[in-house]
Amino acid sequence: MADKRAVTLNVNGKDYRITVEPRRTLADALRDDCGLTGTHIGCEHGVCGACTVLVDNRPVRSCLMFAVQAEGRNVRTVEGLANGEELHPLQKAFWEKHGLQCGFCTPGFLMLATGILEAEPDISDEDLRDVLSSNLCRCTGYQNIIKAVRAAASEMRACQPSASL
Amino acid sequence: MSALGQPLKRIEDRPLITGTGRFAADEQRPGQVHMRVVRSPVAFGRLVGVDTEEAAALPGVRAVWTHADIADLPPIDFRMTRIQGLDPYRQYVLAKDYVRYVGDPVAVVFADDPYVAEDAAEMVFCDIEEEDACLDATLDPVPFMPETLPGVLSEPACIVKAYGDLDAAFAGAAHVIELEVKVGRHTGVPLETRGALAVYDAARDVITMYGASKVPHYNRDSIARMLGLPQDHVQLSEGHVGGGFGIRGELYPEDVLVCRGAHVLGVPVKWVEDRREHLLAANHSRDQVHRMRAAVDANGFIRGLADTFFTDQGGYVRTHGGTVSDLAAALLPGPYVIPAYRVEGHIRLTNKTPAGTYRAPGRYETTFARERLMDAIAHRLGLDPVEVRKVNLIREDQMPFDRGIDALGTHVVYDSGKYHDLLERTLARVDYPALQARFAARRAAGEKVGIGLAFFIEKSGLGPRDRVTLTVLPDDRIEVVTGVASIGQGIETAMAQICSDVVGLPIENIRIIHGQTERISEGYGAFASRVTVMTGSAVRLASQSLQETAFAQAAPLLQTRPDDLDLVGGRVVARSSGAAISLSDLAAQLPEGLTAEGVFEADHMTYPYGVHVAQVKVDPETCGVAVERYLVAYDVGRAINPMMIDGQIVGAAAQGIGGALLEEFVYDEAGQPLAASFADYLMPTSHEMPPVDVLLREDAPSPLNPLGVKGAGEGGITAVGAAIAAAVDDALGRPGLIDRLPISPNRLHAVLGARA
Repeated sequence: MADKRAVTLNVNGKDYRITVEPRRTLADALRDDCGLTGTHIGCEHGVCGACTVLVDNRPVRSCLMFAVQAEGRNVRTVEGLANGEELHPLQKAFWEKHGLQCGFCTPGFLMLATGILEAEPDISDEDLRDVLSSNLCRCTGYQNIIKAVRAAASEMRACQPSASL
Repeated sequence: MSALGQPLKRIEDRPLITGTGRFAADEQRPGQVHMRVVRSPVAFGRLVGVDTEEAAALPGVRAVWTHADIADLPPIDFRMTRIQGLDPYRQYVLAKDYVRYVGDPVAVVFADDPYVAEDAAEMVFCDIEEEDACLDATLDPVPFMPETLPGVLSEPACIVKAYGDLDAAFAGAAHVIELEVKVGRHTGVPLETRGALAVYDAARDVITMYGASKVPHYNRDSIARMLGLPQDHVQLSEGHVGGGFGIRGELYPEDVLVCRGAHVLGVPVKWVEDRREHLLAANHSRDQVHRMRAAVDANGFIRGLADTFFTDQGGYVRTHGGTVSDLAAALLPGPYVIPAYRVEGHIRLTNKTPAGTYRAPGRYETTFARERLMDAIAHRLGLDPVEVRKVNLIREDQMPFDRGIDALGTHVVYDSGKYHDLLERTLARVDYPALQARFAARRAAGEKVGIGLAFFIEKSGLGPRDRVTLTVLPDDRIEVVTGVASIGQGIETAMAQICSDVVGLPIENIRIIHGQTERISEGYGAFASRVTVMTGSAVRLASQSLQETAFAQAAPLLQTRPDDLDLVGGRVVARSSGAAISLSDLAAQLPEGLTAEGVFEADHMTYPYGVHVAQVKVDPETCGVAVERYLVAYDVGRAINPMMIDGQIVGAAAQGIGGALLEEFVYDEAGQPLAASFADYLMPTSHEMPPVDVLLREDAPSPLNPLGVKGAGEGGITAVGAAIAAAVDDALGRPGLIDRLPISPNRLHAVLGARA
């Protein structure tokens, strides 16, 4: 086994000093070393997207990235979405629109959608469906997930007018 | 306003959207070790030896076990549908003498770190004398374990059911129509893989397994029996569950191994499988071939139906016993009169992953078979497929309709239904004549587009009973304890709505405890769309009993008679004086508190029914099939929460589309699985999903329970294969072209080429 290395992960604005093998995935490090189990592992080969987190504000499959690669980067997980008791518009919309059933894929979808709506607040419905096809859900048939993300997009646009306005 | 029938937001969602849920893999205990299963790399062979020496020597490895280390453990027994003759085909928790599929557990490694456990597992060498794999369930039976079980062949059982005079039906038939169809091998594939954590408390001598689901009480009893412990020395606890769909929560070898591991090693044992393991080791399903022969009169009425089918059970017979084949045999006739019927269902073992139930087990397959037959009859007789169905549907005045055969040990009696009415409503909803005209015009313009329709019945609410206890807590809260499980379908909200309807408290004040064997003596679990019917009815009875007790206790306090009292908003109110006391205050004044119990028993199932309509477009170049729109019409008797039912139906339709177009466990000729990752086992994404319209009806409440409900969890999937196949036929102008699922591009290309 390779020696362990000391790594500092900045997750949701907080530093976590952990010691991990170089082969340890970011997903495992977040869950087991940082105790942030909201990030779920569904396939470990980068298809299902349940482990999606934001790294430097871009959606990333945390099962395909090593923890050591995340050093010095800004990692955001589902635990950082709500502002205290106040839910993020996406969280509210998933709840309102019944965008989840078992909830296992939900953190991944929330982070994927957060990443895309922050980067492209005015994304078209077609592009949105395209982006959301990155992740798998086995319960909902996606209809309500898409509805939820659209609803959140409108709310986020209403709250933060885009620069072009 | 009553909470019943309202599309209320779910009370279980907050932890799930904030990342604070607790799924099996989220369970952690200090000092835990990690279990990794070593699985057979070959499909069939004599297990000569297992070399564990190198693995055991790896630093961090606590133990490596093979069958010899757990030889006292009996094979895993049947939970359901025990049929004479199945016993020799049960699976041991670690392979004994033979391996029978790629993925068959051969050894387990326990190590301090999950990465080390995986390293060690790769060092275990399985010495296997490989033999030719059997991969076709329709071929003649072959030896199961030739050397150690001579004479035991790969057909454990054949299920025969029959009613009516089939000979007479065929003797007078205007037409005889024969059809063979096949439904491919696919399964539930929840997004959360299986996992468990077992903790042994030496002080209490109790093993607790976290990560339980579906049938915790049954599995507790089974694990205790297998380990030779008293029943109350094993407890199961359910956390959040990442989807069930029939496959999760059955008793698997790994569940028993974590419990034995914790017991013997004296440390918590955690096991989380990876996706490849899940696809190789968790129950597969479907994979049936039906050979039907129908005697039909000049109007398209089916006088008699004979069917021989084969279920590819995989390597062993697991907990479901003959369930899938039994359901297929009993429910093939579906919503049609069919006065004479005989079915012979061969349960056949092959060298694939063992199979069990998956959402609408036996119905997805037989609905495909039967509805393809209806379309074949229509084509042969030159009739409209919808008209043929109308001629055969059971009429409202024939309800309740006694089918004259059994399913899962219960007599099949369709409790209520307005089949013709729902068919008419469905046609109106899609404006069928206009839709047909529009599609005909598009076809004339060169597009390969088509419409397909299929009718189905479901079954739900399997007994024998369910029990709940209610306790009034301080602060206007109520706790409901049930033995059923949640697999993510929203049972907390549904149960709270039923309780709220009686006690008048908001659903947020009602806490539902489920899946904890320590909290309640019995529970029958979450399967067969039984929770809302069985547990929901028990909650209603318990709530009514609570109301009665509250009235009796409150009457003297409010200086009136019980019949002067109402229960409004969680308060007992005297109509005459307006005096009132809250349930919580009343409970505080009673030495025993305020509790109630409800038990609901049922010896018959309820039978919801519905219609699916698919609109598809075929790309003639790629042979890809795109579903443009989809409709599910479904009568559930009574809808507790229409928003959640809509969610169940749309989600189930997505799974049905997967099985119809994408998902299949393919094997090479040596029995090596070719779909062992999400790169090869394709599930629908948001790209493949069409808009799904749901026509939810409450026209035929069930007379069998106090709520009138029928299960809503499965009807969204049941007829998808059938409807899409009909639509593809229509798109290509080739009636009867599709006789096999999934309709993959390569297969469609092949049949188009072959039959051009």
